Amino acid sequence: MLLTRKAEFSASHVCANPALNAEENFAIYGVNANPHGHGHNYVVEVTLEGEPDPVTGMVFDLRELKEIINAEVVDPMDHRFLNGEVPPFDKVVPTTENIAREIWRRLAARIAAPNARLKNVRLYETADLYVDFEGAQGDIGR
Amino acid sequence: MQLTSRYRFAASHRLTTDALSPEENARIYGKCNNPHGHGHDYVLDVTVEGPIDEAGQIVNRSALNALVTSQVLARVDHRDLNSEVPELAGHVTTTENLAYAVERMLKSRWTLPARLVRVRIAETARNTFELKV
Repeated sequence: MLLTRKAEFSASHVCANPALNAEENFAIYGVNANPHGHGHNYVVEVTLEGEPDPVTGMVFDLRELKEIINAEVVDPMDHRFLNGEVPPFDKVVPTTENIAREIWRRLAARIAAPNARLKNVRLYETADLYVDFEGAQGDIGR
Repeated sequence: MQLTSRYRFAASHRLTTDALSPEENARIYGKCNNPHGHGHDYVLDVTVEGPIDEAGQIVNRSALNALVTSQVLARVDHRDLNSEVPELAGHVTTTENLAYAVERMLKSRWTLPARLVRVRIAETARNTFELKV
């Protein structure tokens, strides 16, 4: 069974590689490379897979999941400048792909239950663009 | 990792096939068989899959948008699917067949490193058709 919880955070970022010049960054990231930054209302959907606990009837405690997502994602990222305030984005370009991978990394360590595992992180940059990350196996062209 | 990007286009069509009688067409396709045609605001979701590259992306957004725009949107947006889209010639312009046509349009000029893995078209907010490529 799949269980999905949604959360939102608003953040600013600049998508540019400091090793490249302005023209090269624009060719790769387009307007997202604007050095003055811009922002998005990100929506993250965290999906867990597992079987309901025979006693509680739950795959995972939703209140605990909410607290984990708040502590690992929303609190550190909401109304923040990702490049300047949220490691590793001082060194890693905060593309939607990289943010999704970072969210996965932060959550996977916390969602440890015998009957449930982190299945997918879907991150919407806008209503018209999202990425799905299913962990390391998804990173190598599953 | 997968990335899904959404696009929109408006087009008219009429569901009808010469293989059936007018009565059968009317019975099978109902209102969609109206000889004067009708239209929809289609929503197209294109999903690609691949590893994250050195730039932190699985696909260059501008390249993907340019491909979808030139291969699909320029051919179908504000068009009549029955008479103006060669890729649909000989096919009933159901959204099922439209999804296959969009797949062909994209694949014929696909030069992106990421793989095309899904074409999803919503004909209306109530009817969605998803094609695994």
